[in-house]
Parts: sequence; structure tokens; C-alpha cells
Amino acid sequence: MTTPAPASAPAQSITQRLANPTRFMELSGTILPWLTAAAIAVLAWGLVTGFQVPPDYQQKHTVKIMFIHVPAAWLAMMAYGVVAISSFGLLVWRHPLADVSAKAAVPIGAAFTLLALVTGSLWGKPMWGTYWQWDARMTSVLILFFLYLGLMALRSSIEDDDALASKLTAILALVGVVILPVIKYSVDWWNTLHQPSGVFKGAIDPAFLTPLILCAIGFSLLFFALHMKGMRNEVLRRRLKARLQLEVDRAARNDSRNNTSSGPETMTGGAT
Amino acid sequence: MIPDLGDHAVFIWSSYAIVTAVIGALSAWLIVEGRSLERQLAELERRREAARTARP
Repeated sequence: MTTPAPASAPAQSITQRLANPTRFMELSGTILPWLTAAAIAVLAWGLVTGFQVPPDYQQKHTVKIMFIHVPAAWLAMMAYGVVAISSFGLLVWRHPLADVSAKAAVPIGAAFTLLALVTGSLWGKPMWGTYWQWDARMTSVLILFFLYLGLMALRSSIEDDDALASKLTAILALVGVVILPVIKYSVDWWNTLHQPSGVFKGAIDPAFLTPLILCAIGFSLLFFALHMKGMRNEVLRRRLKARLQLEVDRAARNDSRNNTSSGPETMTGGAT
Repeated sequence: MIPDLGDHAVFIWSSYAIVTAVIGALSAWLIVEGRSLERQLAELERRREAARTARP
């Protein structure tokens, strides 16, 4: 009877190779400086172009707020898309980096959502005469902001079981995906004070569209740079935690070895 | 030179100031946190190395 040859390890797919934290740290360490430089350059280009545009016939100079408000609002939603896809990756494929990605994207998404809300209010006061209106678009974006806060609160509330915290946060993130189409179509489904998007409908003059697109690309690059940095920090945090745990385990093993070698004396001492 | 942004300049400058402050704070937090984690990991590695060499 012949002994079967040991099965060789299955070849890793490209996604599996990229999901390796060590490989990710190497790759991101190379990409991050270039990504950051590109983000700053495009953003500076967009903002300089934006400040040179003539005033809009209706909005006057407040049209300049659009160059930061619209990208912030896009990224608020895109960041949630990243959280949702990463959460799906964690629950279904258990990618080692999926949870790292989801966790890192949440505070950045929350920051962009806050910026969308604040810059929108600052545009609304001079143009609509009010900072805030409980219309469908604004209210749904506010709910998105609370959803981000909820994801952070849920994760930090489960301190002693990281795996459970990750899974529960991922489930909440996937349930929360329903907010994205509500935000997107709120201006069509309901009668809102907030106007529908005109970016892809040819409703914006090229003089305003160019800085808007540049700022959108610049802010998107900045988001990816911040997300990558956040992921790197999270990988380092997990490494540190694992190594500290290893130290604690080693110290506990040494203690128990010392106690065993000191023998009956300790036993008697402990019993009394 | 500071451009003249008309009657609503305060709203425009406030928007840009808040975006700068929030993005700046987020970036600073990530950079400081990253440095702190790298320092702690290096310190741990140094302690482990010292313990290994001190072992008889």
C-alpha cells in the first residue's frame, strides 16, 4: 500500500496576498507618501482654481462653499460604502484586513459627514435664509452621522472580546446600508428644500465644474490616504496588543514554573 | 492677497476654516497615534532583546 503524497498548499489569490497584514504594511508604506502628495497637489489645484471663479449669478461668492460641501457629502457616502464592503468581507470571507479597513474608515467617514452638514448649513443661511431644515436630504445625512457614531460606540462598548465587537459592528454597518439610497434619492422621492444634484446633468457651468471635479478628486485621494494611514495604525495596534499578550502569557508561565519548583512550601503558604 | 468675497464672506471663510480644522485634526491624530504605536512597539522589542541577552 502506498502512502498518499501530502497535499501541497493551495496557491493564494491576489486578494489573499493583499489581505496579508505584513504585505499590506510593506505596500502601503511605499504608496502612502505618493498618495498624500497627490492628494495635497490636486486639492491645492482645485482650491486655487475655485477661488478664482467669478461669482455665480444666483449664489454669488457662496458658490465657493460648494467646492468643499459637495466632495464632503460624496465622501460621507463613499466612506460608508467602504465600511459596508469591508464589513461584508469580514462576515463572508473573513479577510484579516477587512475589519481593519472597516474600523479605520468609520471616524474618517464621520468627519466628512460632519463637514457636509456644517458647510451645508453655512451655505444654507445666506441662500435659503436658514441654517437647518428638517427635510429628507438633511435629516438622512444627519442619521448617517449618528450611524457612524453608533458604529464607534458599539465597537468600543465591547472591550473584552474583539472578535465579537467586530462582528456586531459589521452587522450594524450592513443593516445601515439602507441609508445610502435614502440619501441619494431623498431629493427625488420627497419635496425637499435641498436641490437635486446637477453635476452629471450638465447643469453646472464649466467654470464651476472644473474646480468642483478637482476638489472631488483631491478630497477622494485624501480620504484614501487617511484611510490607509488609519489601517496602518490599526495593524500596529493589533501587533502591539498581541505582543503584550505574549509577554503576559510568558510571565505567567514563568511564575507557575517557579511556583512548581518551590513546591510544598508555596502550597502550604497558599493554603494557610 | 485676500480676495473680496462680498456680503457672505463670513460664511465662506467659516466653511473653509472648519474644513481645515477638522481635516487637520484628523490628520494630526492619525500621525501622532502612528508614531506613538511605533515607539511602543520598538520599546517592547528593545525590552525583549534585553531580556534575551540577560538570560543565562
